[in-house]
Amino acid sequence: MKILRNLIDKVKPNFVKGGKLERWYPAFEAMETFMFSPGEVTGHKVHVRDAVDLKRTMITVVIALIPTLLFGIWNTGYQHYLAYGMEMTHMDYFLFGLEKVLPIIIVSYAVGLGVEFIFAVVKGHPISEGYLVTGMLIPLVLPVTIPLWMVGLAAIFCTLIGKEIFGGTGMNFMNPALLARAFLFFAFPAFMSGEIWTDLSPESGQAIIDAYSGATNLVIYDANYQNMQSIADMFWGFEQGSIGETSVFACLIGAFILILTGVGSWKIMVSVFIGAAAMGLFFNGIAPANDPTHYLHTPFYYHWLMGGFAFGAVYMATDPVTAAHTEKGKLVYGLLIGGLIVIIRAFNPAYPEAVMMVILLMNVHAPLIDHIVVQNHIKKRLRRATQQ
Amino acid sequence: MVKHYGKLVYTMSRTITIKRGYDIKLKGAAEKTISASNASSIVAIKPTDFRFVKPKLHVSPGESIKAGECLFHDKNRPKLRFTSPVSGEIAEIKLGPKRKIEEIRILVDKAQTHYKPFQKSNPADLSRESITEQLIESGCWNYIRQRPYNLIAEPEDTPKAIFVSCFDSAPLAPDLNFIINQEKENFESGLQVLQILANDNLHIGIKAVSNGNTETSTPASFEKYIHHIKGPHPAGNIGIQIHHISPIQKGEVVWHVHPQDVIIIGRLFTEGRYRADRIVVLTGEEVSKPRYVKAITGQLISDLLGGEMDANTIRIIQGNVLFGTTSSSRDFLSFYTNQITAIPEGHEPEFLGWLLPGFNKLSLSRTFFSWLSPNKDYSLNTNMHGEERAFVMSGQYDKVLPMDILPVFLLKAILAKDVEKMEALGIYEVSEEDFALCEFVCTSKIDVQQIIAEGLDLIREEG
Repeated sequence: MKILRNLIDKVKPNFVKGGKLERWYPAFEAMETFMFSPGEVTGHKVHVRDAVDLKRTMITVVIALIPTLLFGIWNTGYQHYLAYGMEMTHMDYFLFGLEKVLPIIIVSYAVGLGVEFIFAVVKGHPISEGYLVTGMLIPLVLPVTIPLWMVGLAAIFCTLIGKEIFGGTGMNFMNPALLARAFLFFAFPAFMSGEIWTDLSPESGQAIIDAYSGATNLVIYDANYQNMQSIADMFWGFEQGSIGETSVFACLIGAFILILTGVGSWKIMVSVFIGAAAMGLFFNGIAPANDPTHYLHTPFYYHWLMGGFAFGAVYMATDPVTAAHTEKGKLVYGLLIGGLIVIIRAFNPAYPEAVMMVILLMNVHAPLIDHIVVQNHIKKRLRRATQQ
Repeated sequence: MVKHYGKLVYTMSRTITIKRGYDIKLKGAAEKTISASNASSIVAIKPTDFRFVKPKLHVSPGESIKAGECLFHDKNRPKLRFTSPVSGEIAEIKLGPKRKIEEIRILVDKAQTHYKPFQKSNPADLSRESITEQLIESGCWNYIRQRPYNLIAEPEDTPKAIFVSCFDSAPLAPDLNFIINQEKENFESGLQVLQILANDNLHIGIKAVSNGNTETSTPASFEKYIHHIKGPHPAGNIGIQIHHISPIQKGEVVWHVHPQDVIIIGRLFTEGRYRADRIVVLTGEEVSKPRYVKAITGQLISDLLGGEMDANTIRIIQGNVLFGTTSSSRDFLSFYTNQITAIPEGHEPEFLGWLLPGFNKLSLSRTFFSWLSPNKDYSLNTNMHGEERAFVMSGQYDKVLPMDILPVFLLKAILAKDVEKMEALGIYEVSEEDFALCEFVCTSKIDVQQIIAEGLDLIREEG
């Protein structure tokens, strides 16, 4: 450690004001603080500070994403060999998945962080840690068959349009990772929907079995919800879908980590689930009685298990920057997300996966929710003042 | 639990429960013994202790002075007089940049202190006017401070109420009951003075203990003014108590006095002199023997601590770690200081600090494994543990601010200099120290107290 520290201290004078590499200070600073927590001390009033900082917060979210990542890697291989009807070991599933998923992660981080570094150097502001999480979220919400250049393009788009033009992490109003996904969804629909969820790279001497269908449970849901995979399969995640979204179980482990550490808002997570359940029950009530296969009959908990619901509720809706900031607002925000997801799933058959669009929509409306909460707070304060 | 919004109803047991907040457990709590400090040959009064006071000197070097005689008055509010806590000879007027008066140094009489005589009387027999006059004349008025803005009270004002908080919930804070018990009679006559000044609108906050037997040294005759307050820091903060008992609206002022200062005010009437000695608690892990010492305002810090400390490795704070001011061994005890804390500086960078499990790192979030041992006393240094960022996390401040205030929205209104919004969101009710825990917990390392101070300055100029 001492050697590394000495090395950094030796090159540091080149980067500080007046040094010949002064322009590159933000990049240097990012590397330095990545290696060593800075020795900066408190200045103004509070003399001791809580040990948590944004780096620690973001790394906690990345840790919470690991279960979905590991399962996603395994499931990529599992779905691949399932399509060929091949029985392989878990290690084979995992290694196949790793080979496919790792490049996506590397491209996402390399391109996104590259853009952040360039921006930091050009604009001279410190590099924020937000991309540590975004860089991991992007691969997890994409199909494994996505071409790598599209991943790179999405990373550039979300960093530039999603964050930097607003002033960087903390100033953006839409979830950057979801923005990246939405960008690809509208720019390259052929690569984001249809039978693209399983990697069908050829296996020598093997042919895809007849029973294989590229349709996800969400597509089946539209035709007849009763034909979807079993509840257990959908809960554990043995289904097709974006890399990280399939396992509700893995998402719940992540939710546990986020809630335990206090990094993710339990209010948002719980209210998204409740919102969906309430709307699901309401639809059950108004479903046509003479048509038992009607999609309005779908039991509410199916919505929890289908598609990217759990992933969206746990990792996307809880993004503290783009969610509602007031405690009451968080409940409203979550309930609306959950409810709207079910409404769109039920009434828009052309577009059954509503999670992404609903969260982006509510990101846009979160400031409005906060505004109403703040106005009510102000009114309450006024009432208190006049009562005295 | 009685929520004290709206009109106050006097009942025998009024308990306010504070739920939000946090007790930072630090190493270096003081033992309950009172020792004498080393006598200082020089005592210094610092006009900079008083916000918005522009000193106009009444003395010059070489003059001799008695305790209670005027050193300077305030050019902005000429009524306010600042007096000497000791008798002796004016040694030096220390000027800073732009000839600002930084210190008035007094060579202390070694043999005995000569006091300027004041009228000895039972405060109950005096009128509000004559009490005010005696307080101003002796300099004791300066112990009475007002909210909003946290500055010396305006003698012309009639306050909505006067508050005394008889417990301090800040980290390693002095046990005020212990201190009050040293001079119960003077405390009682001090309270009598406040009772008259407040036209009976006096509120005394004491700590509620769960078994029902509240430890209190407040005299029985003041029972009806007492509020029992339960909960973690900042429950002892005067601002929190005001907020829950009698919140400040625009145009209102509330006064508050620290219990030690109540004692000094009491002495003025029982002993007929301005006797400014007080008990200061020395705390923090860098203090070799944390304890209470008898001290006098303006004493050299190293005389209190019993030696010098290296400013590069140790931070000496006048006050507590949450809202004290940075000081040094060569500094002098400030007018309102009741606690000195010494903790290690934290200049050392830490390798991959954001990644390690962190069993010894205190955090309200559970992102470090230290949450597994909640009752541990921590050794905290002054390291920032990160760099300043934009607001990212939400709901963090709300967890440690037990007020009906939306902290982040108030801070953003201040940053936008939106006076109307600041007023609507309750700027008049807040003071920097109430936001100290918000600053402590902030993931983005924002200087919350600094922003609040700017907001209060802005509103004071505009108003």
